[in-house]
Amino acid sequence: MNDLSASSRITYGAVPVQPAVVRRIRGLSDKALAWLFITPTMVLLLAINIFPLVWTIYLSFTNYRANRANAPVKWLGIDWYQTILTDPDIWAAMQVTAHFVIWTVVIETVVGFGLAFLIDKKFRGHGMWTTIILLPMMLSPAVVGNFWTFLYQPQIGLFNYVVAFLTGRSASSFQMLGDVTLSPWAIVIVDAWMWTPYVMLICLAGLRSIPDYIYEAAEVDRASKWRQFWSITLPMALPFIMLAVLFRGIENFKMFDMVNLLTGGGPGSTTEVASITLKRAAFESWRTGYSSAFAIILFVTVFGLANIYVKALNRVKNR
Amino acid sequence: MSTANTAHSVVEPSPGTRRLAGSLIVLYAVITMIPLIWIVLTSFKSPDDAISYPPKVVFTPSFEGFCNLFTTRSRQTPEFIRTLGPPQGLCDEITRGRNMVVAGPSNYVPRFINSVIIAFGSTVLAVALGTLSAYGFSRFRVPLKDDLLFFILSTRMMPPIAVAIPIYLMYRTIGLSDTRLGMILLYTSVNVSLAVWLLKGFIDEIPREYEEAAMIDGYTRFQAFVKVVLPQATTGIAATAIFCLIFAWNEYAFAVLLTSGNAQTAPPFIPIIIGEGGQDWPAVAAGTTLFLVPIVVFTVLLRKHLLRGITFGAVRK
Repeated sequence: MNDLSASSRITYGAVPVQPAVVRRIRGLSDKALAWLFITPTMVLLLAINIFPLVWTIYLSFTNYRANRANAPVKWLGIDWYQTILTDPDIWAAMQVTAHFVIWTVVIETVVGFGLAFLIDKKFRGHGMWTTIILLPMMLSPAVVGNFWTFLYQPQIGLFNYVVAFLTGRSASSFQMLGDVTLSPWAIVIVDAWMWTPYVMLICLAGLRSIPDYIYEAAEVDRASKWRQFWSITLPMALPFIMLAVLFRGIENFKMFDMVNLLTGGGPGSTTEVASITLKRAAFESWRTGYSSAFAIILFVTVFGLANIYVKALNRVKNR
Repeated sequence: MSTANTAHSVVEPSPGTRRLAGSLIVLYAVITMIPLIWIVLTSFKSPDDAISYPPKVVFTPSFEGFCNLFTTRSRQTPEFIRTLGPPQGLCDEITRGRNMVVAGPSNYVPRFINSVIIAFGSTVLAVALGTLSAYGFSRFRVPLKDDLLFFILSTRMMPPIAVAIPIYLMYRTIGLSDTRLGMILLYTSVNVSLAVWLLKGFIDEIPREYEEAAMIDGYTRFQAFVKVVLPQATTGIAATAIFCLIFAWNEYAFAVLLTSGNAQTAPPFIPIIIGEGGQDWPAVAAGTTLFLVPIVVFTVLLRKHLLRGITFGAVRK
């Protein structure tokens, strides 16, 4: 407040000698200023998000290939969309994605909520320990994926050693990244390690938003702790839990970097999530038209699911 | 005093509960830190210690990983190495012990510098654009405001690979492929949606009365924005900037698809650090450790604003 009055005093003196630019802006109405402030962002998003999106839609109707830029482009109509929706490989990729998204979200929500519940007990030093727990989610998913391949090494990796130590099996008897049954779980484990803190942080905000007097009233009514948890804590934290699920669901549906570094989609195509299929089609087999159509289908899917989910979220919030 | 205590104890957890909760959290924190600590330890191991079984917790520290990270080496005969002069510096000595000589610097430093330039460039742009737009959305009546804000957010829902296909073609046409400028613009467009949403929340919290008072004192709207709102929003702007920095620093999908030599950042480079006979784990670990240090610092700085940042400002404390 002090510098406000100080600088306003200066302005009184400065008004007569205002530079031309300032005077011109002074002439601007609020409406003009609003557009002046918002337009640059919109222009950037139009150029780097919307124009490419429109281009993708156009390409998805053609047989264009990025590695044969000079070949004549043929209009194919909705052929690619029909091909993709009936392609068993695409459905396999969608199943892998669904397995990954569902398990990571379930594990992260359960563990994350549990951690938030414990941290909410406000033991001594909870602030410092919370920051430590949050660290994994701030790291680069690609770098995380890369160093987990080291931990997952069958003979020398720490993960295999610890599992061998705890279960008595031999450390080289299983390969987390090379085995068709284990590798889908290997990527779930790394994602859960990285993103459980994210869900925890949002749940913690939910738990802290519940006012004490509600619990006090429940105590007066002699409601058991168990009952309090199910009829106060959980329902009141639910919008926050759903928000966390929404964000994690969308992010993991788009998952590329971490899985690409961990398994590259392998062995075979057992961990080939949708984004990796898309990358292979677009940047390895250079089927640009085909991959554009797949990209549009993915975008519509995530956008549609997110919209339905946001509606449900709002209903819970307004209850 | 005793009445205050009993009134409190209804909702306050008992000391026993607290201790149990505390120990469980500490246990989780320790387990979750093990992979990170392991990478830091590995960066100080010799290649033999890094791949020994059982894994070594106690070892003689070695700087070989860091040396290999920063240099390229070529194998020579011991006779040739004996003809060279005395080793210059620690890395020279370690390399010669392996019957190799330092051939030159590796690509790690240029990639790291690319990361720094692209991250800072895109952050400055995104925060500048984001602050202006956020102020516009916060204070003025903009037609279709909610739709525009939703549109800005929805650009984040596109899978990065889907965006990369047309961007690849577009950049190839206009000559932005594998340039720092191209990556800066791309990261700015991704970050600006976060910046607008976060900063709108921060600016909404600054009372309008401050600007109105300043305008009554003779400020124009623009001056009020610069001299009253911006100083009040400093914390929010700083927090937003750090979030943008972290995103650009960590980004991999666009970097690996759209850059190759010139503008490549560190995340696509670190996994391809290879030594003789497969991956050079101590060097990879050293590269990872150095790359993660800024993030650890940022996380500690940001801890009060983390929640807001990761939810696009949807949840505030």
